[in-house]
Formats: sequence, structure tokens, C-alpha cells
Amino acid sequence: MNSTSIENVANYLKYKGKYKGLLGWIFSTDHKRIGLLYLYSMATMFSVGVLLGLAMKLELLAPGKTIMDAQSYNATFTVHGVIMIFMVVVPGLPAVFGNFLLPIMIGAKDVAFPKLNLLSWWLYVAGVFLVLAALLFGPGTPDTGWTFYAPYSFKTGTNMLPAVFGAFVLGFSSILTGLNFLVTIHRLRCPGLKWSKLPLFVWTLYGTAWIQLLATPVVGITLVLIALERLFGVGIFDPAMGGDPILYQHLFWIYSHPAVYIMILPAMGAISEIIPTFSQKHIFGYKALIASTMAIAFVGYLVWGHHMFTAGMSGTAQYYFSLLTFIVAIPSAIKVFNWISTMYKGSINLQTPFYWAASFIFVFLIGGLSGLVLGALAANIYVHDTAFVVAHFHYIVFGGTGFAFFAAIHYWFPKIFGRMYDKAWANTGWIVFFIGFLTLYSPMFYLGMMGMPRRYYDYLQEFHGGNILSTIGSWVLVTGFIIIIVNLVRSARIGPKAEMNPWNGKTLEWTVPSPPPLENFDEIPELGENDGPYNY
Amino acid sequence: MEKTNHVVHDHYDAEGSKIGMWFFIFTELLLFGVLFVIYSVYRYMNSDAFHLAALELDTFIGAVNTIILLVSSMTIAMSTTALQKGNKPFTLLLSGITLLLGIVFLVNKYFEWGAKFDHGIYPGSAHLTETFSQGEILFFGLYFIMTGLHALHIIIGLVLISVTMWKINSGKVHAERAALLENSGLYWHLVDIIWIFLFPLFYLIT
Repeated sequence: MNSTSIENVANYLKYKGKYKGLLGWIFSTDHKRIGLLYLYSMATMFSVGVLLGLAMKLELLAPGKTIMDAQSYNATFTVHGVIMIFMVVVPGLPAVFGNFLLPIMIGAKDVAFPKLNLLSWWLYVAGVFLVLAALLFGPGTPDTGWTFYAPYSFKTGTNMLPAVFGAFVLGFSSILTGLNFLVTIHRLRCPGLKWSKLPLFVWTLYGTAWIQLLATPVVGITLVLIALERLFGVGIFDPAMGGDPILYQHLFWIYSHPAVYIMILPAMGAISEIIPTFSQKHIFGYKALIASTMAIAFVGYLVWGHHMFTAGMSGTAQYYFSLLTFIVAIPSAIKVFNWISTMYKGSINLQTPFYWAASFIFVFLIGGLSGLVLGALAANIYVHDTAFVVAHFHYIVFGGTGFAFFAAIHYWFPKIFGRMYDKAWANTGWIVFFIGFLTLYSPMFYLGMMGMPRRYYDYLQEFHGGNILSTIGSWVLVTGFIIIIVNLVRSARIGPKAEMNPWNGKTLEWTVPSPPPLENFDEIPELGENDGPYNY
Repeated sequence: MEKTNHVVHDHYDAEGSKIGMWFFIFTELLLFGVLFVIYSVYRYMNSDAFHLAALELDTFIGAVNTIILLVSSMTIAMSTTALQKGNKPFTLLLSGITLLLGIVFLVNKYFEWGAKFDHGIYPGSAHLTETFSQGEILFFGLYFIMTGLHALHIIIGLVLISVTMWKINSGKVHAERAALLENSGLYWHLVDIIWIFLFPLFYLIT
């Protein structure tokens, strides 16, 4: 034991191994360093995606051409979508916080397959570069939208192959991360940490990992088919050769709807950690939260058809998909009720992570309820492919996953970097961001209801007012984002040293120093009969 | 390879890596599962054309390849047992036979595909699109995609077995640390079982 303790003195940020500097990071198999590698690469891609989104909003400031023509606008929303979906929200919380925290939360020294974990990150980077290559080289930037719908995706003259292949590689990275987490949770829980005592973030990672494992290969092979179609003309999705483009849509959404749950489940998990800590109270309905996680993961597989209500499907199929869509809303609602019940009669500690978590619940509620509008058959036909869909989607994915991500970074920041951020600036950043978010996306609900279609660089004069408001919102949001980033980057370097447990959390990561030592624990912890993640 | 930039992870968990392999197999099954779904949909829509197109395939070569893969699955299973009993030369011999059978499978596949190409049957060929019906084009499209993807898996399996043999030879994989061979075996069985489904779907059902 003595020898491990000596080796384990240096914290993971300072540790000097075989390689120095940057190489010591990109060849490190330490789960904490890999988590940070993901954080930095995702933050970079997120910033690129934000800039593209900003450009789109600027284009929509006035009807007609403002800063770009139709083709550039198509390319911009395609690249914005591909970056934000495949490189930011799908890896999202599991890749950053899952990697960093999962082993610590279950009392392990690392994930089950550390080298595979590093390979996942390398594949991620390879996928990023492939997609970027599609932008810089070749006949033109992809313009199909992030969904790569057939037959346009193999008819368009733009540079689809690297983009599609890049998405495939990113999917492979996601599968390997999921596989790694599943084995880790099954095999490496410390003594006494029964399934019924796992922190809820770990449970959501578990559910997510199953979706990653079972849904991602579906889109993987579908993207390969698109590539083969472009290269050789095999005819699978080509109506001229007997193929069926609707089949492509089915296969695409069989993955891409569960992918929405890949994005949101870990976000819910992070919120389930933050709410009890800042209410200083046991989580309400621990088992209900686990059951709802698994129910979402399972039912989420069976609802993909609601993306295709107008694409041509039998009436019977439409009824089932609509019904299942309503059913999948129930476990999400259970979670919301449980979070609110947790706060009830708790001693609430108003800190930045709590603000983010509370605003998460607010925007998630609006996003979820507007999802029911889209899940209802008749209403769906009315608002299909309008700005309403864009608003709903961003409320869920940006408002849901994005807010949870910011909540998580503000919650675990002292643990990750060993320093505390400036709380006043963090709160300022949050409120500016929150106001910007509401101003940006709320008008889109109205615009969609009034009939403004999505994915056009132009619109009718009557939609001008709402679009001006929305564009101003995008500027406010970016201001908030800059405040947050500057505050966090600055604090990671010169912030005051953080304590081991600044929020009085009860999960295992708060029992190790901030930042954690290389191997997390000097001795593998052991949980007694009465220990648990939320025992306040 | 084993050393990283910090402490050596001397963490060996045979059960864990086997679970990991099974999870990977689930992924693979869904990968092929999509293609089987596409096959079923198009077979349902074009049953006559699929019947006609299937007559073009050589059932004899298909059957020979099926037998080859079944035998190779047996030899890799036997080599695992041999390793557990500590018989290193016999383990290497049996996995070597598996390797050889896999290569023979690929050679057969090469001649089979080559003959199709000679007849102008390959995706996107003028002959295919001009003389065959849409259903037949789809059949051959699926035939090349599915057997092609399967052949790719054979190649991956062969690489995996070669690496395993190299590690058995250098003593890194032995009776107490047999997980790599067991996992290669599992993967090889997966490749085998997918072929067991491909063979009747393309060659036998006419």
C-alpha cells in the first residue's frame, strides 16, 4: 500500500509521466485527462457551432439577403447541425463528466479499458478532422442538413463523403465510450456499492451507454450505405433503381431519435446530482428516477416515426408512433416532479450550479411540452418543418443538455481544476445567457405557429418583428457565453484554491482531494450498510 | 505498449473483457441487423425479382464456404480448449488452421465476385442497370454490400487471430490469461453465424 500512496501524491493535472507537455495529455490513458481532452475539443467545436448559429441569426435579421446567399445559408445550417449534434451534444456530458467522474463515483481507479478510452478520443478527433476536411477541400460545403436525407445526399454535388464518413467515425467513438462505461459499471463498483446505491448520474450513464451501443450501429451502417450509394450507385435508397428513400429516413431516425436521449439522459443525471446537493436533502424518488431513466432509454427506441408523420406512413403506424411519443413523455415528467419534490422543504443553497439546474427545469419543461404539440398527429402536420420545430429542438437540446452542461461544469469545476470560480461573474453570466436564450428561441414558437418555415435564408415581411427579437437574443446569449467562458478559463488558472467538498456533496468524488490524485483513491473505498450517495 | 505515461495498469479482468466483447457483438449484430431489415423489406416488395436474381449465384461455392467457416469455428473453439489445457503448440496449430480456412474463404469469395464482375454484374455497371429489373438490381446491390461487409469482418477476424497467435507465441496469452483468445474466438463465431444467415438468404431461398 505504501508504494501506491507515494506514487499517488501528485494530482492528475501536475503528474509527469513518460511524456511531457501536450504529449503527456494526448497519450494519457488517465480517465480524468481524457475527460478534459474531450472538454477542450468539444468547447472548441461548440464555439465554432455558436459562430455559425450567430451567422444564421444575422442572416435572418432582415428579409432577403443580409449577409449570405441561399447556398451559403444551407451550408451553414448543415455544418452547424453536424458540429453541434455529432461533435458536441452526442458525446456531451458522458464524454466529459462521465469520463472524469464515473470511475471516482463508483470508487474505481479508472475505467475498465483505459486504452480503449483513449482510442475513443482519438477517433473523435479523427471524425472532427474528416468533417472539417469536407468544409475546406472539394467541390463545396455539404448542404443537406445534418440529417443527410436520401436521395439528395447522394445527388448533391457538394463534398458529402468526408462528412458522412466523419459522422460514422464519431459514431464509432461513441459506441466505444458506451461499451467502456457499461463494463466499468458492471465490473468496477467498489465493495458495498450496490446497484441500488449508485449515484443517479451513473445510472443515467448506464442507460445512455446502452443506447449508444444499440442505436449507433444503425446510423453507422446507414451512413455507409449513403457513401456506397455515392461511390458505386448500389441503388438501396435510389428510387430510380427501385430503392426507397423513406427507408433511409426510418433507419436514420431509428438512431437519431434515441440519440436525443443519449443527449438528454446524462443531462438529467447531472441535474439529479446537483438538486439534492444544493437542497441538502435526500433525492426524492430515487427508484422512480432510475426506473424513468431506463424507461426513457427503452421507449425512446420506439418513437422514431414521429419525425416522419408527413413523409408517408400508414395511418396505423402513425397512431402507434404518436401514442408512444406521449408515453415517453411520462418518465420525463416523473423526473421533473421528483426534482421539484427534492427541493421541497430542503435547505436550499443558492449557488451558480443551482441557478443553472433550476433554469434547466424551466426550459426543459417548455421544450418537453412543445414536444407534445409535435407528437400529436394533427398539430404536427400544422407546424411540421416550421420554426416551431427549431424552437422545440433547441429548448430541449440546447436548453436541456446545454444548460445541464453549464450546471455540471459549475458544479464540478472546483473538483476538476482544484480552484473556485468567481461566483458573482458566474451568476452574471448565467442570467445574461438565460435571458438571451429565452429571447432567441421563444419568438420562434410564435413564428412557427404563424407559418414561417425553417431552413430558408429568406422570409416574408410579416415575420420580420419576431426575427429581429430572435437575432437580438442571439447577441445577448453570446455575451453571456463569453462572460461564462472568460470567468471559467481565468478561474482555472488563478482562482482561489478549492476545498475538497465545497458544496457538501455526498457522492464519492467529494471524498477525494481537489483536484483528485492520479489514481483517485489511495485505497479503494468501501461503503457500509448506511452509506449512500444522498444521505444528508 | 503496456506502459502509459503514468502508472502501469496491471489490471486483468477476464470476465470484464468477455462482457466487453459481448457488448461489441451486440453492436455488430445491430449493424448487420439493419441490412437484414433492408433485405426483408426489399424481398417483400420484389419477391419475383429476388427469386430470379438468386438463381445467378453459385450454390456450390456458397455451400463450400459455409462448411469452411463451420470447421474454422470448430478449430478456434478447440484451440481455446487446448490453451486452457496448457498445450501451446497444439493451440497455435489449431488457430493456424482457423487462419488458413479464413483465407481460403476469402479466396473463394474473390473468385465468386470476380466471376460476377466478368458477367458485368457489379453495382453501377451499365449491363446491370440496362438488362436487369429494379428488384434484381437491389438484390445484387444487397448481395455485394452484405457479403462485402461480411468479408471485411473476416479480414478483421483474421488480423485479430494473427495478433492473438503472436501473443500466444511470445507467452503473453496463456492458460491463466486466455481472454484474448476467447474473445477472438467469440468474434470469429459471430462472423461465422452471420454467414449462416447470409448463405440461405442469398443462395438457398430462390
